[in-house]
Amino acid sequence: MSVLFQLFFAFIQVGLFSVGGGYAAIPLIQNQIVDIHKLMTLGEFTDLITIAEMTPGPISINSATFVGTRLAGIPGAVLCTLGCIIPSFIICLTLAHFYYKYRNFSGVQTVLSALRPAVVALIASAGLSILLLGLFMSDLSGITLANFRPIETCLFIGGFFLLRKYRVNAIAIIFGTGVVGTLAYSLLGMVA
Amino acid sequence: MKENKRSAQTLWQLFKATFLLSAFTFGGGFVIVSLMKKKFVEELKWLDESEMLDITAIAQSSPGPIPINASVILGYRMCGIPGSLIAILGTALPPMIIISVISYFYVQFRSNQIIATALQVMRAGVAAVIFDVVWNLARNVIHTRRALYILLMVGCFVAKVFFGVEAMIIILGCLAVGILDLVFQLKAERSTGHSASCSKDHEAAAVTSDTVKEA
Repeated sequence: MSVLFQLFFAFIQVGLFSVGGGYAAIPLIQNQIVDIHKLMTLGEFTDLITIAEMTPGPISINSATFVGTRLAGIPGAVLCTLGCIIPSFIICLTLAHFYYKYRNFSGVQTVLSALRPAVVALIASAGLSILLLGLFMSDLSGITLANFRPIETCLFIGGFFLLRKYRVNAIAIIFGTGVVGTLAYSLLGMVA
Repeated sequence: MKENKRSAQTLWQLFKATFLLSAFTFGGGFVIVSLMKKKFVEELKWLDESEMLDITAIAQSSPGPIPINASVILGYRMCGIPGSLIAILGTALPPMIIISVISYFYVQFRSNQIIATALQVMRAGVAAVIFDVVWNLARNVIHTRRALYILLMVGCFVAKVFFGVEAMIIILGCLAVGILDLVFQLKAERSTGHSASCSKDHEAAAVTSDTVKEA
């Protein structure tokens, strides 16, 4: 069996069994790519995860593209990504179909209404982890005053204010903090 | 003819929106969900807020990357299966392009100090966007004035942040609470002699309000 097909089926399995997003997929990808098919060394795989975390987009798509490109060029990237997406597509399409068929039953609404506060809480907790990473470069348990980062704190407060008060575009805020923050650090001659 | 033109326009908008959001989503599934909420609920007004939260719950509980899952459902909602495919394409293309370029010089990329700084400071911006979205969402949960929902929100947040409970467990738990809530409501209605609550409500199909209906 050619490498391309091995890759394709490896990423179908990653797509199918990684429930719960990003970090759940990493051990699965490692298992498929490093342990079973030996398409990469563990060192290369660690690099891959670092790069995937540094670039936008879902980790499994990032790693599918990275592995695919390195082993079989652009066709490899496309095939791996496709493998990763196909299970999502089929499963979510089915769920979406049933959701839109039944969501207007008032009984279904009652059940879904209890789910919504949970989703709000999950989004809030994801926001908190990123905020702590930004402001202290650590998680909740590792916060110390010595790690406190004033530049990022100003950026956060400024960004939040612009969003609430002037409804500034979200992408402009993310891009803007990147530019302003990097300039601030280089002007002050500090290292982030 | 006009129909076709309109749906082609929607598809193009869908592609543009998902492509841009995906290109700027640093830091995991719930970040893109926050951005999608801003774009599709607040800006384009294609969906209402409760629908976006339902989509998030489904995307989180299904296997596969959350942004892809959310795109599949969102695209399906707007333009059926073609919409779904377009939304996937929009979401998958930016990481594919960025990574295939970077994979040729990833060692330099990884050790570049300016890139590291930019990525670190950008977290502050991403956090600001998420908290802006959370502010609105939490306010609407509080406006339902139902103690159950407010308690669920606070409880789930504490469970996730301080006890590290898995998102999947939290969603399943709240699903169970919702089912119990429905059972109790049906019982209460039966004892007061109202009609069953499970009949299909066509009125509600036309207009679904942002906030939860139950008092």
